[in-house]
Amino acid sequence: MSAFVIGFDLLLGAGLLWLAWQALFHPQPFAAVVHFMAFGLMMALAWVRLEALDIALAEAAIGAGVTGALLLAALGRLPDGPTPRRLLRAWQRPPVALALGSVLLLSLWLVWVAWQLPRPGLAAEVTAALPESGVRHPVTAVLLNLRALDTLLEVAVMLGAVWLVWSLGPELRPYAPVTALPGLPALTRLLHPLFLMVPAYLLWRGSHAPGGAFPAGAVLGAGGILLLLADGVPWMQRPEHQPLLRLLLAAGLVLFLGLALGGLLLTGTFFAIPLAIAGLAILAVEVAIALSIALMLMACYLFGEPGR
Amino acid sequence: MTEGLALIAPWLIAAGVGFFLTGALGLWRFPDAYARLHALTKADNLGLGLLCLGLACQAASLSAALKLLLVWGLVLVASSIGATLIASTALARGLRPVTRRGSRRGARRGARRGSRDS
Amino acid sequence: MPLPLAVMLLLSCAGVGLWRIWRGPSGADRMLGAEQLSTLAIAILLLLGAFLDQPALGDVALLFALLAAVAIATFVTRTWTRLHEAQRRPEEAEGD
Repeated sequence: MSAFVIGFDLLLGAGLLWLAWQALFHPQPFAAVVHFMAFGLMMALAWVRLEALDIALAEAAIGAGVTGALLLAALGRLPDGPTPRRLLRAWQRPPVALALGSVLLLSLWLVWVAWQLPRPGLAAEVTAALPESGVRHPVTAVLLNLRALDTLLEVAVMLGAVWLVWSLGPELRPYAPVTALPGLPALTRLLHPLFLMVPAYLLWRGSHAPGGAFPAGAVLGAGGILLLLADGVPWMQRPEHQPLLRLLLAAGLVLFLGLALGGLLLTGTFFAIPLAIAGLAILAVEVAIALSIALMLMACYLFGEPGR
Repeated sequence: MTEGLALIAPWLIAAGVGFFLTGALGLWRFPDAYARLHALTKADNLGLGLLCLGLACQAASLSAALKLLLVWGLVLVASSIGATLIASTALARGLRPVTRRGSRRGARRGARRGSRDS
Repeated sequence: MPLPLAVMLLLSCAGVGLWRIWRGPSGADRMLGAEQLSTLAIAILLLLGAFLDQPALGDVALLFALLAAVAIATFVTRTWTRLHEAQRRPEEAEGD
């Protein structure tokens, strides 16, 4: 049993290091991207071994699904072939060495600081506060009640990313595929009901088991990207639907902020959610955040502002 | 009934792993992308199906067993349609399949290169 | 078959997928390697879920199964498009 577990972990770690090295230093950008996608797959397995199932779910949805698709689509816009190897000039070497050295020192310092952290962590405090949070799963309680400010800022950062992508210019029209692909609409039609059902299942599970808004939003976003590939969401590009699209993109952040301000009005503390409505309020915010995250991922995938 | 299922479950799992090993062998040794596509979409999916079936025999509840079969169904849909997408795109791009009559030289070159790299 | 042995054999299969991603030669081969890895990850997750008695691992496997199609669909519609058709190097059509 223990020999098996150690062997499994060693092989997994070696595979992860190999994939990370190739993703960074493979001469062909396409091969590097595929290595990165495989890295996301293996990383989800590593999170499972670390018993962090919530992160494994998010890594499976975002790392292996959405990020890989974004990078592959970006590659389709770049010239093919290996990148030319650039050697450093003489005057460039000292600053590069300085930067590498400081990064190394910083990471060593981070490892030392992490080693100094109190050992059992904050699990006992979270378990003690769980009855007052309105949900039964500790990770959901931390994300949406106890440390809700962090989650609010994360959603704001994602909205900022969409803003940045859209500010680069109008939406890019994709090149046509090299041949007719009748399988693609069939694939979309078969999988689409499941792409709606699985996020709903993850949201429902989030209140008592691993799951929740982030994996649900990422899966919904991946389904949306599949629809975009088959030209299934023309309304996103139409000018008359732009106000609705922007409203939905901001809905998660706005509802979350409204919850925080409501707590401030009712109890006098920012983000203090009264226990009576906590379960329901968290569920409503989770649904709104999941929808917003899905639309944000699709909006990034347009590579520019639609309807312009 | 349950004892019988528990008895055949290890055999189903072993057969599934056997198909996975066969698929890996095909992915390693077959001469071109089209042949490797066959190795993956046939052997690996059959392996996963047998494995899911074996685990479903051991599953604690009917819903858990049905979820295992749902996973298999999803992989079947994705890889069968994905195989047609990849194969038709590769053919349209001019990736030539290695045939016995047409380009024997290509086939031998591919085999030699494979053995040298292995 | 004991489940740990099955997991170890599946991990050794994953080595072939890693080699295929690294080696290529065509883009389709690399995508096939990634697809094999995702199927293997599903199988390993299901086996580990049964072995460690954690049924929640099945949910991660379900996500992998659902998302396997997205990468392939992106690859054929956005990466191998007409743009790269025009720039294709001659040896790619010739070799393999």
